[in-house]
Amino acid sequence: MGGGVGGGMGGGMGDGTGEGQSREASGDRPFFGYDGAMKILVIEDDAQAAAYLVKGLKESGHVVDHVADGKDGLFMAGSENYDVLIVDRMLPGRDGLAIVEILRGAGTTTPVLFLSALGSVDDRVRGLRAGGDDYLTKPYAFSELLARVEALGRRKSAAEVTTTKLQVGELEMDLLARKVRRGAKQIDLLPREFRLLEYLMRHAGNVVTRTMLLENVWDYHFDPQTNVIDVHVARLRQKIDRDFPTPMIHTVRGAGYCLRA
Amino acid sequence: MPDLALFRTTTFRVALLYLGLFLASVLVILGLIYWFTAGFIERQTDETIAAEIAGLREQYRQRRLPGLIEVVNARSAVPRTSTLYLVATPTFTPLAGNLSDWPDDEPDAEGWIEFEIADAPEEPDGGSHEARAVVFTLPGGYHLLVGRDTMERRQFQDRVLISLAWALLLTVGLGAAGGVLISRNVMHRIDAINRTTRQIMSGALQERMAVENNGDELDQLAGNLNAMLDQIEHLMVGMRQVTDSVAHDLRTPLTRLRSRLEITLVEADTPDEYRSAIQEAISEADRLLGIFGALLSIAEAEAGTMQRSFQKVALSDLARQMADLYEPAAEEAGLSFVSDIRTEPEVLGNQQLIAQAIANLLDNALKYTPAGGCVTLTVSGQEGERGPCVSVSDTGPGIPAEQRESVLRRFVRLEASRSSPGNGLGLSLVDAVARLHGARLEMDDNHPGLIVSLVFPRMGKE
Repeated sequence: MGGGVGGGMGGGMGDGTGEGQSREASGDRPFFGYDGAMKILVIEDDAQAAAYLVKGLKESGHVVDHVADGKDGLFMAGSENYDVLIVDRMLPGRDGLAIVEILRGAGTTTPVLFLSALGSVDDRVRGLRAGGDDYLTKPYAFSELLARVEALGRRKSAAEVTTTKLQVGELEMDLLARKVRRGAKQIDLLPREFRLLEYLMRHAGNVVTRTMLLENVWDYHFDPQTNVIDVHVARLRQKIDRDFPTPMIHTVRGAGYCLRA
Repeated sequence: MPDLALFRTTTFRVALLYLGLFLASVLVILGLIYWFTAGFIERQTDETIAAEIAGLREQYRQRRLPGLIEVVNARSAVPRTSTLYLVATPTFTPLAGNLSDWPDDEPDAEGWIEFEIADAPEEPDGGSHEARAVVFTLPGGYHLLVGRDTMERRQFQDRVLISLAWALLLTVGLGAAGGVLISRNVMHRIDAINRTTRQIMSGALQERMAVENNGDELDQLAGNLNAMLDQIEHLMVGMRQVTDSVAHDLRTPLTRLRSRLEITLVEADTPDEYRSAIQEAISEADRLLGIFGALLSIAEAEAGTMQRSFQKVALSDLARQMADLYEPAAEEAGLSFVSDIRTEPEVLGNQQLIAQAIANLLDNALKYTPAGGCVTLTVSGQEGERGPCVSVSDTGPGIPAEQRESVLRRFVRLEASRSSPGNGLGLSLVDAVARLHGARLEMDDNHPGLIVSLVFPRMGKE
């Protein structure tokens, strides 16, 4: 009843990362808990929004370049090697969509996060079709943006690796046998719990927000009023952390969750 | 309306063309009638003359001139005969017959002659007696004339002609009048539509085209225009409602936010107080953004432009996913969650929006059903006239029948639920999504509780 949804739905699930434990906690963590610095290009014409964005990303430990118009953005994105591009959709002179289409046409595979005040279902589809990897509607919480940017950066670094096993600390997931164990203990999960944990493990060390979970584990893009996602995570946490002294699933206040060894 | 405009209308031109064709066919018919009546009588005259001649020729062969004269005299004596006879000497002096003079007119090659009878009695209509005859020259220079008075024939022909002419005149008159009348009638109605359109353009938005209920094209046009205007009015009213609601329901929390920040500025001393004030402000802003997002989603669904990107949606898969998403939350709230999905109907639509609508219904069910209750998600296929259907039922307080209409309006919340979180937009969005999909939103009593169903239109046969 209700649990028989097939796998392979989440956009971020099929990209296979095999290095679940490479980003373990390194003591003093920056702003939102990501410890691998990325090189990010922000293409945004609104000076105040851009300043806020650049400041936040820099404080989170990333290297950030900012350009205010599409032509410069195209030039920078083409000539430098960035981990993630953050592109505003409404730019003077050129639509952000067109920029990404040109970049994709030229063979650039750098992950792109669209920022847009246009938030309808159709706009979102258009953005992803133009070659965007994620789409965030303005206004957004910075924590949401950061989590998504870091998820995109991670994705690229592991894009080519296909794997059948995920490992974060003592937590192991066998994707073929659909089995999970923590240390010596076998953990039985419902299909949806398995998919949830898989997503968390693929983004281990990163903050994942509730909307990211809804989008990637359930493939829906709306905002449920009830705390449905929290309940799912709470149940998963019960199974993963209950009998162990150190918790692995952490709640990041005001942002979401983070799976850490 | 200037009368000249009549001649420019398509209807009038068509009427004129038909009148022309009608006239041509009437002319052909009248010509045939003339040929068969007047023409027949003319031919009959000639045949009678030929028969007379044959008889006289026989007499002449047997008894020569004296016999001929005798017969002619005898036949001329028949009272009121319209056959004319005349035998004359070589110098055209009449010898016998009922004509007093040999006519002066020259006969044609076949001996036919047409002339006026000089000594005929006056006719009451003043017309003269005309005759048609054949003349022969007998051996010895004597002349014979056999003919018929054609006055009656001509009178008949004239009468036929006159009646045909009247018929023609009447046809033209009636045809033209009919054409003008029809054209004027159509013009009048189009003019009425134009007039109403101009009135509406100049601001009288409640005006509607007059519909005569005879189901013709103009009626359909007027009906369609009225339906279009109704739709526009509905959208405008909706927009005005939104503007009013936004003014009220966004201004209230904004005011609250602003005054809270102001108070903080005056009263707060410690960083902790500032911090908690800012956190409150952020969550208030988030609530506002939530309202804003919901309003935009409703507007998007109501705009109806998404119908172009509709795809087949497997309703049961969607429902299973939503059940999967909501089941733990329901259990956490102390509710039992049942999903009753036994068929696999497909509908045409937008997966995200239908999912959001179901999610909103489940949100409501979870929010308003007290612990220990039951929430059921049901999918049923099409049965008879009823299309595929998704319904969410609960055992909560339900919605009184008289308030079911109003809860669909934006920002409307029932008194009883004012204290619980929510923005009063959930069901509005469900309603907008339903209308976008041509689906019906039904609310019924679940005894106890509420059952809300989205009844989709039946899928056409592939």
